[in-house]
Amino acid sequence: MIETQLPAYIALTFVLFSVLIPLFGMWKKEWVQPLAVAGSGLAATLSIYGFISYLNSGPIRYFFGGWEPPIGIEFVYDGLSGFFVLVINVVAFLVLVHSRKIGPLEFPGKEMPYYALAMLAMLGFNGMLLTGDLFNFYVFLEISSLASYALIAIGEKQAPYAALRYLIIGTAGGTLYLLGVGFLYTVTGTLNMIDMAAMLPMYAESTAVVAALILMIVGIGVKAALFPMHGWLPDSYTYAASSTSALIAPIGTKVAAYILFRIMLFIFGIELVDAVAPLSTIVGVLASVGILYGSIMAIAQTEMKRMLAYSSVSQIGYIIMGLSLANPFGFAGALLHVLNHAVMKACLFMISGNLRMKEGHTDISLFDDSYRKKYPWTMASFTIAAISMVGLPPLAGFFSKWYLALGTIDNGNWLFLAVILISSLLNAVYFFRILEKVYMKNPSSEQKEPSDGVRNEVSFSMLAPTSILAMGLIVIGFMNAVIVGILLDIFPL
Amino acid sequence: MIDFFLGHYAYWFTVILLCVGLYGILFKKNLIKKTIGLSIFQVSVVLFFVSIASKWDATVTVRDSSIPVDQVANYLNPLPHTLMLTAIVVGVATLGVAFTLLIAIYNRYGTIDEQELLDEIQ
Amino acid sequence: MDLSIVPLLAILVSLFAVPFILLSSKKPNLRETWTILAGLIKFGLVLSLLPTALRGESVEIHLFDLAPGLPLALNADPFGVFFAIIASGLWIFTSFYSIGYMRGAGEGKQTRYFASFAVCLSATIGIAFSANLLTFILFYEMLTLATYPLVIHKETEKSITAGRKYLAFTLTAGLLLIAAAGMVYTYTGTLDFTPGGLFTEVDLPQHIMLIIFILFLGGVGVKAGIMPIHGWLPSAMAAPTPVSALLHAVAVVKSGVFAVIRVVGFVFGTDVMASYGLGDILIVLAGTTIIIASLLAFAQDNLKRRLAYSTVGHLSYIVLGVALLTPLGMQGGIMHIAAHATMKITLFFCAGAIYVNLHRENISQLNGIAKVMPWTMAAFTIGSMGLAGIPPLNGFVSKWYLALGSLEGDMIVPLIVLIISGLLNVGYFFPIIQRAYFRKGEGLEKHGEASPFMVVPLFSTAILSILFGLFPNLFFSFFDLASSIAATLFTGG
Repeated sequence: MIETQLPAYIALTFVLFSVLIPLFGMWKKEWVQPLAVAGSGLAATLSIYGFISYLNSGPIRYFFGGWEPPIGIEFVYDGLSGFFVLVINVVAFLVLVHSRKIGPLEFPGKEMPYYALAMLAMLGFNGMLLTGDLFNFYVFLEISSLASYALIAIGEKQAPYAALRYLIIGTAGGTLYLLGVGFLYTVTGTLNMIDMAAMLPMYAESTAVVAALILMIVGIGVKAALFPMHGWLPDSYTYAASSTSALIAPIGTKVAAYILFRIMLFIFGIELVDAVAPLSTIVGVLASVGILYGSIMAIAQTEMKRMLAYSSVSQIGYIIMGLSLANPFGFAGALLHVLNHAVMKACLFMISGNLRMKEGHTDISLFDDSYRKKYPWTMASFTIAAISMVGLPPLAGFFSKWYLALGTIDNGNWLFLAVILISSLLNAVYFFRILEKVYMKNPSSEQKEPSDGVRNEVSFSMLAPTSILAMGLIVIGFMNAVIVGILLDIFPL
Repeated sequence: MIDFFLGHYAYWFTVILLCVGLYGILFKKNLIKKTIGLSIFQVSVVLFFVSIASKWDATVTVRDSSIPVDQVANYLNPLPHTLMLTAIVVGVATLGVAFTLLIAIYNRYGTIDEQELLDEIQ
Repeated sequence: MDLSIVPLLAILVSLFAVPFILLSSKKPNLRETWTILAGLIKFGLVLSLLPTALRGESVEIHLFDLAPGLPLALNADPFGVFFAIIASGLWIFTSFYSIGYMRGAGEGKQTRYFASFAVCLSATIGIAFSANLLTFILFYEMLTLATYPLVIHKETEKSITAGRKYLAFTLTAGLLLIAAAGMVYTYTGTLDFTPGGLFTEVDLPQHIMLIIFILFLGGVGVKAGIMPIHGWLPSAMAAPTPVSALLHAVAVVKSGVFAVIRVVGFVFGTDVMASYGLGDILIVLAGTTIIIASLLAFAQDNLKRRLAYSTVGHLSYIVLGVALLTPLGMQGGIMHIAAHATMKITLFFCAGAIYVNLHRENISQLNGIAKVMPWTMAAFTIGSMGLAGIPPLNGFVSKWYLALGSLEGDMIVPLIVLIISGLLNVGYFFPIIQRAYFRKGEGLEKHGEASPFMVVPLFSTAILSILFGLFPNLFFSFFDLASSIAATLFTGG
């Protein structure tokens, strides 16, 4: 019984809690964070349950109001959406747990709106993943975006301006997507994704279809921070509060990448995408330029959050490059990287939150080896996440790169292979730079002995999610064969 | 050729509006003007949806006993219009958030000119 | 008794020692007990695999899939056991020596040092027992990371620069290796090390084979110190001497040449190497490296740097032997792994003993030290004579087979290279001995022999090299083992 309605329950959980939080928040302020944790925890449990039930008995389609498509709107819980839902809800749960102590510090008095907005954003993200309707997707896209703009604005002094810039670029992107949907609707007369996938091959040569595809890729590309439409991202992630960055960075761009997967591989199919122009190659090239650009810019940063933001630009490139390869290995690599990057980035942004909590800054040039003494567990987690970002075995990051590399070789695409390898090296440059500072005494400094620091680790509620994610990277690394086995089954061709 | 332009005049207006909106977003320095450009941009897409659903000599989708149900050409397609109701709501909400942010920016920096803001931040 | 778990235990035993080492950081004696205990157990476990290896059989264990179709699998074949015995046996000597050296030199952060050392050994044994390329890469990268803290141990400006250089070289190499493995997997569908190679079934165009080969060469050649990618090795001498001794004479560089043999014999196969003319490339590279490295060794005044260049040269002996693609050459190469390991470790031990005892590290300062350090210099003399290939030391035996191998392949140039380089070896070692014994030293009055912790290990390894030279089969039937390994590589395909 519950299985068939599960997709709706996940979305409804967030609706319910986004109402509950303001109500309770007016009465008892200290309840808002536990409520948000409960909400996201419930959603995470449901998504784990849903994914298991997907593995056992196949996709779940839920028709709202009992109206079957193409008349009604449906939620589709299939392999692709189920996987994404699982990843984002579990990560969001951990991030919200982590925000307990740092939230009141970074945005005092704004806890209630923060958590209510976080629930709304999660509603939007889950809706985007689950919906089986292209216009419905636009609505959820805007729900999540509006909530994200507001979340980002709850931050440092510069945050509202960064949020406004994101709003303008993001809304323009969303509108282009809507225009694309309009084109497709005029051609096919349907908005349902499954319906449309069946109809599109009849209109393969239609200019309107190609124009629609380009408009959608550009529109979603803005949200996914696909190069060169990434301009909004660094400022937004840097000036937002730590918990916001930790929430939005691992989730927001991934969900946008999801719809690119859905459109390019499931609705259009790769033959149709490339029917008129080699669009998949263009997307792939943009992604690889983004990978290199993001990595190089990350090296140039001295502020850890900004560095992580640029690294996000680069990492999203891996995902989209894997998509553009359109072969099973590239697909599995890209999806595995969705999981890996969500875990790594959430972990790294949490660490930057931990440091901001204790040190009040995340300026890399001020890091020194006292950190190792003061925050041994945070730094151990950082080391694991950093090594995984560089892509060394047996950590998770290695395996997504391995599958991506196999995908590029399969297609004989040596340029992309070189990009993956070079960017791994660039990653190594900007992460080992920090590791060097944290684990070694500064050779030019006067003091001979390592700087003394009393152990001053962050509280358990912050440390536990950080370490769980870091441990997760090791577990994912060793279990990747199981995960990739599932992912390869999802591949549509 | 002329037919092509005249026959699609509604779309050409859409395109012109789209360009006006885009111009506002890209080139206006005043953030409120930028936001207005954004709004025009959105409205152009709304108008596009409305125009694709329009038909000559057709009526709204309420059953009229004088027109048989199977004469589809005589009824309008209601879906694009309803979709646009939602899109308009989204647009209004976006404007609301944008103006809230603008107020916050004005309170913090005392200006809403992009160039001055950038100077201020750096 | 079922042996299949033994390879796994042999790898894990030193990893298990790591937490104990870390926990007893305040009690140095207890900490070192753990190291030595782990070393003895490891050696015992590896030895228990010897009877199987001598019968020419392997002990295999499949743990779980690292990637679909690519298990984390261990395979203790004769060649792996051969290498594992050398590495784990010499670790015991090094552990004793480290105690004397680290305490004598008053180095800091000894806990980190011993812990990293234990991880390195796990990785090395893992490399020895890897059954496929992916498992191999996993341990190869683990070795890279675990060695890094040892290279930068002193945390001076110089050692940090050396560490950066080390990472730059080895991480790049790791990426090339990953690319090579990806290509092999794409074209052959397997990565299992097979005597005779993986390419017997597929017929690839010359240029593809050449690309794969060059990628492999870049991947394993860095650790094997093949010119022009040997640059990290002399800089890495900034590490404490026991590190140079074990890692830069045994574990790391020998993993490199081990990998060369794995690639030549077990991935490409000797027949394929010959038919595509890849062996010739290797001969040219190795021959050039031998000569240039020997010449460069002359120019070094720093004792450890001279030893480092000598290492570069001798590693290429092994590579040369393999590249000849003849059974006798292969046998000579494999035996030189053992021979060079025992002799070079002796020399490094001596260099370290001199440094700790007299605080001298330049050759020009070594006048007359044989008077105060007779045992050390005696060992040094044995080691250097062995490297020069003077009978009856073990360097002679392996060189003899290398020479036979080049005659077997009707190649005169490699033979000439061997002879010239033998003379050069004499040329750069003899002045050191001459200074130590026959010149008058200054400021030596107050010094005696180094601590027994150092002298006993260094003299034992010197004795080992004599014994191996006189009776190659005395311990562990090394000679038979080497010849049977070489034989399988030529009849197996």
